[in-house]
Amino acid sequence: MKELYRELATIVGPEYVSDQAEERYIYSMDPGTMPPAAPDLVVMPNSTEEVRRIMQAANRHRIPVVPLGAGLVLSGLSRALHGGIILDMKRMNRILEINEMSRYALVEAGASQGMLQAHLKKHHPGLKHSAPDAPPVATIAGNVSIHGSGHISHAHGFHSDMLNGLEVVLPTGEVVRIGSCATSDYWFARAPLPDLAGLFLGWAGTTGIITKLAIKLYPNHRFNDVGVFVSEDPELVPDILHRMTGTQMAEDITAWMTPKPDWARGFLHCNINYGANTKDELIWKRNLIRASVKDYIDRKIAGFMPLPSAMKAPFLDVPGRILTRFADVRKGGGFEYVGAIMPVELFPTAYHRGLEIAEQAAVSYSLGARVIGINHCMMFFYAYAFNRADDADVRRAQQALEETNRAVVDMGGIPWKAELPAQKEILRKMDPNMVALMTRIRAVLDPNGIMNPGNWEVD
Amino acid sequence: MQYEEILHRCFRCGYCKLPGNYVDFNCPPYQAFRFETYSPGGRMWLLRAWLDNKIELTDRLQEIIFSCVNCGNCMAHCTFPKFKDQLLPAFTAAKAELVNAGRVPPVIRDCLTRLYQSGNAYGRSPKKREQWTRGIEIERFGNQDYLFFVGDVGAFDTRGQEIARSVVRCLKANGISFGLLGAAEISDGNEAGAMGETELFRHLAEKNIQTFNALGVRQIITLSPHGFHVIKNEYPRLGGNYQVFHYSQILAPVLQKTAFRTDLPPVRVTYHDSCYLGRHNLEYGSARKMLSAVPGLELVEMERNFQNALCCGGGGGNVFTGIIGSGLDTAARARVREALASGAQVLAVACPQCAVMLADAVKVENLDGRLEVRELSEIVNSRFEAK
Amino acid sequence: MYALKYDPQICAQCETCDCLMHCQYMDFELAEAKAEREKILTGQASKVLNDCVTCYACEEYCPADNHPFYQIVERQEEQGVLPVPTPITKQQLRMMQAQGTITPAAVNAPVINMCFFPMLTGCVRGPLYENASVIVGSDIFCNIMWLHFGKNSVIRERLPRMIDNIWNFYLKDSGVDELVCFHDECYGTYTRLAPAFGMKVPFRPVHLFEYLSARLDQLKNQIKPIGAKVAYQRPCSNRLVPETQHWVDDIFQKIGVERVERRYDRENALCCGQVFRAQQRDELADDIQQRNLDDMQQAGAAYCVFNCPACLFTLADAVAERGIFPILMSDLCQSALK
Repeated sequence: MKELYRELATIVGPEYVSDQAEERYIYSMDPGTMPPAAPDLVVMPNSTEEVRRIMQAANRHRIPVVPLGAGLVLSGLSRALHGGIILDMKRMNRILEINEMSRYALVEAGASQGMLQAHLKKHHPGLKHSAPDAPPVATIAGNVSIHGSGHISHAHGFHSDMLNGLEVVLPTGEVVRIGSCATSDYWFARAPLPDLAGLFLGWAGTTGIITKLAIKLYPNHRFNDVGVFVSEDPELVPDILHRMTGTQMAEDITAWMTPKPDWARGFLHCNINYGANTKDELIWKRNLIRASVKDYIDRKIAGFMPLPSAMKAPFLDVPGRILTRFADVRKGGGFEYVGAIMPVELFPTAYHRGLEIAEQAAVSYSLGARVIGINHCMMFFYAYAFNRADDADVRRAQQALEETNRAVVDMGGIPWKAELPAQKEILRKMDPNMVALMTRIRAVLDPNGIMNPGNWEVD
Repeated sequence: MQYEEILHRCFRCGYCKLPGNYVDFNCPPYQAFRFETYSPGGRMWLLRAWLDNKIELTDRLQEIIFSCVNCGNCMAHCTFPKFKDQLLPAFTAAKAELVNAGRVPPVIRDCLTRLYQSGNAYGRSPKKREQWTRGIEIERFGNQDYLFFVGDVGAFDTRGQEIARSVVRCLKANGISFGLLGAAEISDGNEAGAMGETELFRHLAEKNIQTFNALGVRQIITLSPHGFHVIKNEYPRLGGNYQVFHYSQILAPVLQKTAFRTDLPPVRVTYHDSCYLGRHNLEYGSARKMLSAVPGLELVEMERNFQNALCCGGGGGNVFTGIIGSGLDTAARARVREALASGAQVLAVACPQCAVMLADAVKVENLDGRLEVRELSEIVNSRFEAK
Repeated sequence: MYALKYDPQICAQCETCDCLMHCQYMDFELAEAKAEREKILTGQASKVLNDCVTCYACEEYCPADNHPFYQIVERQEEQGVLPVPTPITKQQLRMMQAQGTITPAAVNAPVINMCFFPMLTGCVRGPLYENASVIVGSDIFCNIMWLHFGKNSVIRERLPRMIDNIWNFYLKDSGVDELVCFHDECYGTYTRLAPAFGMKVPFRPVHLFEYLSARLDQLKNQIKPIGAKVAYQRPCSNRLVPETQHWVDDIFQKIGVERVERRYDRENALCCGQVFRAQQRDELADDIQQRNLDDMQQAGAAYCVFNCPACLFTLADAVAERGIFPILMSDLCQSALK
């Protein structure tokens, strides 16, 4: 390890490598419930070239490498399960290009959601990207690579759908361009070439290190509004979502249910965010959305909350801070969630199961679902808060999460950014040929098995 | 440890690393070192781990704890309303634990020793405190309206002395009635407190309070925002109750009536919000008002201003100890680059510590000739119609 | 218990049917109005129950003070004709529920009742409110808002307790028997609504504007006339107490502002529209807000003066976008004092 340390210090500079106890402690865990797994070294590269040389060194020494963005995945995917190197990518945070005409942004892998948002606001106010509700330090690459979703996902799908191209460093050190950037100076699409981006999306960093990526940008509307549609019966929600999404007027539709504050308990709220270039257009969109659920309104079994502007502000915030603040519900700085990607028709089942699990486990919870596409599926989240200073509380949350993962897989959903136990559940249910193919691909790309080992492995 | 009950409540969400508009990292130690351990969230978790005996108190951990420059960005931008205001007090309490245990980095130890032995952070003889006044006529405090409190940087640092002389000139030109303590002045204690030396702070503060009270001081103008902050907010609980102003608050209202030259070429100026005027005391207007009163100045704002200002990195004793170094990503260097990017020719400051940190950064960044760091009264004086 | 003091005979014999004929939101010929009135009297379904926007105005229009609006609400509740969708109603009922956290506190006159608007207690400051005590909280919420939700039953259930709380936790032991109501809703509750339901109110409610007017007299030498044109947004609850309207003009005269002549003022005032949104009538809300704001703007108002916090929260942004400064009456008076 000393030899590797020296090599790494030569590559990135001694001030950007650490084998110290403090770094090994902090980098051993994320704010979720997964137990610590400490690296031997933390390294912070500043360029693709440095990453390339680091991967070559790691391969030579057969030392595991785990890529890390902001470490907010919460399911422990950036822990060093088998020790080795954690590659903190956040020094590589430059915004390289904004193409207004073709509406894309090319950024380094460590670039954060917040800084891109700020950059666009200042230099390209007519454009925005789809931001997740993670805190603004979250990296774009981290979120794209786990199939994240966010504020434009109802209109345009998963964040991985919004990817135009990648530059990756393979486990064996080759630098590869994927997408149109492989043959052109423009990063405009992954089509029409063979789409190799899929080798790096959803793999939890087990196939290579993303060093650059281009993502689609979307029109940033001058006028924005939100409606919150409230009902009491979860059985109605799939149809409500089906109708609202069918108008194709909105950018984001997210349902949420939370027992606190007390007035929210037992009610299903559907937030529907939409924007327009003129006020008239905004009102027109609002009216179309309302018309889609008129039947429920006329029967008085559901309706839009009357919200003055001050009360709408938190729902218009991007990213929304409400979700982050859930971590202090038990005065303990912790929450973790199962994000279940599943069809919208499973909403009532998912909801009831969530209530059962939360009540049995006696955990503080919040349930919700963000619609992906035109009701094409949803990311149903089961969030459980815990007090990290109370081991029993952490265990309760862990148990709730494990039970939720099992329940999700049983009902036909798939936990997103699956933590280790959930990965096992998924693999158990997965088509064995898919498992075999995944294993083969990893063996080809990563012959020495150094990329985030311990993840997505069949026992 | 005081405030230890909040340490585990940190979610390490990272809002504390950023300003409110997310434009870039805004925490000086995190920017300088880039390891998560140096971020406010990392520090919170490390402190909890240390108190739980999960990690030991190594030299590195000491450095991490003392790398906090007390800028308050974390308090301003932490997204958890129930404990955000206790973040900086918690970090200062941690420093106090280390001070009490005698386990501090050598540069901190040496600075505190100088403060203790000489009553100033430079270790210079107290008798030399008045040297900066040579050649200018200033009265000792007697029964003037205000005591002018100079502070260590104004008294002993070369650049600080220039600023002290300039501010005094400006106060006199605007008819403000004030006097000095001279050698009877001792360090205001802010940096001692910021470095966790609560007993030394108390000792220094009580000495000053004794001096002030014996002279019947009621109103104080400070040169430094650090002095402004500590005398206004911390002296009262030790029996020191005065009306305290930063000099910009005294000058801003009177400059409107001042005669300025109108024949000088226009200058684009950007103002750097000092943490102890701005975030800590919500005083964002007086300096801007001063600058707006001067014809020919075009005031432009940096992206990170007001509550979002990037600290110069000089707080927490860092201007004396250099604990966060002077690397490319250090706060002062990032700040002068930001000032240049705003299109400004002059970076205006209201704090002698900021002046020292930022002027050094201009040199290291090779920006001499393109960006000049000037203190507020220097700008005002240079445009004043001499009678 | 708490039967509504409504005399059906008065309505049956009324020739003018002013309540329906003057309604700003429903259009009737007299014969049709009488026919609908008959349905309401006999407990049948009437389109009035569905179409009423709950603006309170008919309480003002009725020359006999016979509470036509409260009677409409009674019928709505009896017949299950809810103005607002059930889930929204249920949520609001929970949000505004008394928390039971009230504790006795000594107060001194003037006691300013802030109802359940803790975010506005900052208005009570300075010489205008010298030595004032403030009371605020869920346990003294006036509950009149349930008129908008077809829920007289909730008023009957909750309001007596609120009156008791105000009296027993604050006023009685402090020897104070007057309560300055910051908001028309509260003043209307304690002077009109409570008595209409046979609830006794042991204290004397004072309208905020009566208090402000008297205080401005006392601070006469400190007033610097504002010299601006203002529009007044008359809240719906003022329809319950139209005799207080003159205070508005009194105050304006004392602080040196000119109330612009405009169409949608005084008896012709338009609701702020927030309640219409709760009723899912967005287009109607858009329409009246636009007409109201166009009216203010065309009349050249520099300020839009509010009494009602709900009107303020609803309209402030839209008013400001028109270049008109939204401000509570109380704060306007503050700005006139040197």
